[in-house]
Amino acid sequence: MNPIKTFHKGGVHPEENKFSADQPIQDFPMPKQIIVPLGQCLGAPAECIVNKGDRVLTGQLIGTAKGFVSANVHSPATGTVAKVDVVMDHTGYYKPAVFIDREEQDEWVEGVITSDELITDIKLDGKAIIDKVKECGIVGMGGATFPTHIKMMVPEGKKAEYVIINAAECEPYLTCDYRLLLEKTMEFLVGVKIVMKGVGTDKGIIGIETNKMPAIELLDKTIREHQDLFKGIEVQPLKTKYPQGGEKQIIKAITGREVPSGKLPIETGCVVVNVASTFAIYEAVQKNKPLIERIVTVTGKSVKKPSNFRCRFGVPADLLIEAAGGLPEDITDVINGGPMMGKSVSVTSFPTMKGTSGILLMTRREAQDRHQTNCIRCGRCAKACPMGLQPFLLHKVAKLNDFDETEKNHIMDCIECGSCEFTCPANIPLLDYIRYGKAKTGAIIRARSQK
Amino acid sequence: MSNILLISLIVLGVLGAVLSVILYFVAQKFKVEENPLIDEAEACLPGANCGGCGFAGCRALAEACVKQAAEKGNIDGLACPGTDMGKVAAVLGLTAAAFEPKIAVVRCNGSCKNSPAKVHYEGADICAFASTLYAGKGGCSKGCMGLGDCVKKCNFGALHIDKETGLPVVDPDKCVGCGVCARTCPRNIIEIRPRGKKDRRVYVCCSNTDKGALVVKNCSVGCIGCQKCLKECPFEAIEMRGNLAYIDPAKCKACGKCAKVCPRGAIHAINFPTPKAEAPTEVEQEKTVTA
Amino acid sequence: MANYTISGSPHVHSTENTQKIMCRVFLALVPALLVAIYYFGWYALRLTIVTVAACMLTEWIIQKFLIKGPLTINDGSAAVTGLLLAFNVPANLPIWMAIVGSIVAIGIGKMPYGGLGKNPFNPALVGRVFMLVSFPTAMTTWPQANPIFEKGFFADAITGPTPLGILKESGAGTLAEMGDMQFLDMVLGNRGGAFGEVCAIALLIGAIYLLIRKVIDWQTPLTILLTVFVFTGICHLIDHETFIAPWYHLVYGGLILGAFFMATDMVTTPMTVKGKILFGFGVGLITVVIRLWGAYPEGVSFAILIMNAFTPLINKAFKPQVFGVVKPSKQ
Repeated sequence: MNPIKTFHKGGVHPEENKFSADQPIQDFPMPKQIIVPLGQCLGAPAECIVNKGDRVLTGQLIGTAKGFVSANVHSPATGTVAKVDVVMDHTGYYKPAVFIDREEQDEWVEGVITSDELITDIKLDGKAIIDKVKECGIVGMGGATFPTHIKMMVPEGKKAEYVIINAAECEPYLTCDYRLLLEKTMEFLVGVKIVMKGVGTDKGIIGIETNKMPAIELLDKTIREHQDLFKGIEVQPLKTKYPQGGEKQIIKAITGREVPSGKLPIETGCVVVNVASTFAIYEAVQKNKPLIERIVTVTGKSVKKPSNFRCRFGVPADLLIEAAGGLPEDITDVINGGPMMGKSVSVTSFPTMKGTSGILLMTRREAQDRHQTNCIRCGRCAKACPMGLQPFLLHKVAKLNDFDETEKNHIMDCIECGSCEFTCPANIPLLDYIRYGKAKTGAIIRARSQK
Repeated sequence: MSNILLISLIVLGVLGAVLSVILYFVAQKFKVEENPLIDEAEACLPGANCGGCGFAGCRALAEACVKQAAEKGNIDGLACPGTDMGKVAAVLGLTAAAFEPKIAVVRCNGSCKNSPAKVHYEGADICAFASTLYAGKGGCSKGCMGLGDCVKKCNFGALHIDKETGLPVVDPDKCVGCGVCARTCPRNIIEIRPRGKKDRRVYVCCSNTDKGALVVKNCSVGCIGCQKCLKECPFEAIEMRGNLAYIDPAKCKACGKCAKVCPRGAIHAINFPTPKAEAPTEVEQEKTVTA
Repeated sequence: MANYTISGSPHVHSTENTQKIMCRVFLALVPALLVAIYYFGWYALRLTIVTVAACMLTEWIIQKFLIKGPLTINDGSAAVTGLLLAFNVPANLPIWMAIVGSIVAIGIGKMPYGGLGKNPFNPALVGRVFMLVSFPTAMTTWPQANPIFEKGFFADAITGPTPLGILKESGAGTLAEMGDMQFLDMVLGNRGGAFGEVCAIALLIGAIYLLIRKVIDWQTPLTILLTVFVFTGICHLIDHETFIAPWYHLVYGGLILGAFFMATDMVTTPMTVKGKILFGFGVGLITVVIRLWGAYPEGVSFAILIMNAFTPLINKAFKPQVFGVVKPSKQ
């Protein structure tokens, strides 16, 4: 095992609370009707190409990517399109979606290998792999949902040296990546190989936090057993520290390189891909299977059965909560994603999507101890910031709408990890103001560059 | 002792004299010639530097007026939204277009009662930020967030959030119609409309362009786009914008007929004599009895 | 339908809060307080109760009737100010003076700026310096340590000189003579002085606790002590007739109290490591200058207050290094 590495600037250590770590992945039964949102990734929503009354097969393309940053959407089930309408997403806003009345039997589109057989032989070449990833609508499944094919396209003049697989899973509570690593080890490793071939490098490093020792050992063992097959893949244990899984942090921890401010990770010769996305790439390239399902962790301190479900997209979240033992009475906060970067949910009926890594049910006491007091200038936020920013200052100038000052103080470098707000003894909603300032500053910068 | 006194007196005196001479020459060198008319024109303006005219502040507008007056001989197109430009024009020896006083109008009536809260918000009191997190307390994605971005921005203290309704209220005596609030509102709820004759004005108190069915779910007074008002209006002043009725203030004659037919009570007729104005006037706290 | 809470991420928070931090500072000062009660008996206890109560009451009145904001009295910062103020004055100070000092500390040193977190100067020191210049005699008439087991709890205080006072008046020779014998007494606190600062050991115990709980950082106190040690050491080497050995400077007077408990006040000191080191250096240097050549025997309070004024500048000058900005990556 390699010596444990970490990033050094800032970081916090929230309670891990990985309740569902020992729960095997269960297939989630599909309901009668599923609702597939068309905007499942960062960027523009897909354009709907089916009409009401059309019969769609499982894996059939129903929405095509529109614009550069966008991803295809496929039907997760076989059935008839009931309507193309709007549905409330987790924020309560209405978003376009395709409603599909499901048939009992799954009927896959042609060319998909549905068996569980492991295919290790990578037939496609680099360019074809990226095309396949694009076609199958694969996005970053850690939560940010940035289309993966864009990440894998190495711009001209740059060279990818490392493929870094982000298996840190530094968010407390979530265990979906961990379970996937344990249960689909071989498939995952072949996926790593595919990504390496896709970006044209022979070095792949899997970064895992040390609180997932079984996964580290299993991967290490598997790689040693199949040395010729997985040549060039290494497992790198990382210190359990949030935000170890931040793209810039994991690059810094593993390679010691810093992504320059305002630049993309490829500047350091690294391509970072999430575990679930890696597995999805395996399925897409080897089995021709588009991205229509993912592992969702349903968890929380008072949840009866914290679980990991393999769930097709479009299943309403409240069914998943029901399957995990129902909504406990004392729940006041429902989070889509992890507790550090996840988003508050207004309605639990929202459909699961490509970015739904977890559904977290929190009690009031757990989520909020938010009696806000004056800033006492303790500087803990600055100490916790992994980007070396001064959150207290950004909060103050954003509150004053002084966006020149926010820009000067590198507000655009904020990765919104929430370490500052986590650590603040005065319970100031620092990140709220920083996000506001970031949005405004970003708009000003864009307007300026357009002139 | 007297020696010290004398020395300090001389040193300070010489120093003062030298510095004053330097100051005099510096002042001469960097003197800026300015048209005195600018000062006079600026005096006619409110001096709140709200930016409603499109310039950086009142002085910038005054400068622009003087410049245009000198070049083109008019001040057309330059106007402070809150002041009669006639005064400025008079200073410059010109005449200006007739002044039409304007007022900010809050086009949402999703009060705590009409659009009951479904969720509860904790975080920064910024509408622009909160609206990225969720649709709104009552579930309406076009409605007022009630966190008061507009109130914070108003230079005239003309807005406040009503504690009962959770909505902003415009003080008609203080509002000059500069439009800062309208530009600030992340949901574009506030509109700047003419005050109307005798302060009578009719407007649709809703900003939701969604389909009726979705509006009904979240709010009891939202416009559902039924178009009854459209048919009722004798002046064709009402148009549909998406699923939302909009009353064009230029065409509206303030007859108040539309307000009476609206099944949702979404059209507000303000300052009409009783008993015509039966529409709920929860947003506008003005007297509906007399104009 | 359940009434969910909407908030921006993160949705979990550390259990730290202002109140806990203040409690820890208070707790860290307790050993020194106990020692003070041991040496000064009833006077120390009475004075502490008066200043703490007066500080809290002042804050409450201002918050309630002048600011009319939410009450902040229970965050504990006023109590800490009161305690530190008591630590900085002679134990036999008349009660009314202590009350005036408390009112100044909170009413002038803290609340006018907007309360906790917004004051540029350490309130306890503002109160102390105010008393020092207003009541110079009372503030520099130090009671001698007088262990309660020997003289009883309510024994009258006998005033006597402080080591630094002696030094100021009669030069190093005298102190060096008595110093050799009494160094241990000095460390344990069996000497004259402001009652909180006499026992270095008790203060260090509290400081170590704060360091372990990460309430304070080691950079500021260490730089202060080092600076004082080095500069007084240099002076001692040059002329050991006039200047006493540097280790006396470390334990005499309020240096330990100031370095660990007042120069580490979060509100009024810099935030970054480099800033803290510069701040500590400044405090140390000014302290030495005042101690060796100034009119007052002790200079820690003034030094900290002067450096407090520089804190905003230091904060502006020393910012943390932003990730990926200065150092371009090695390609």
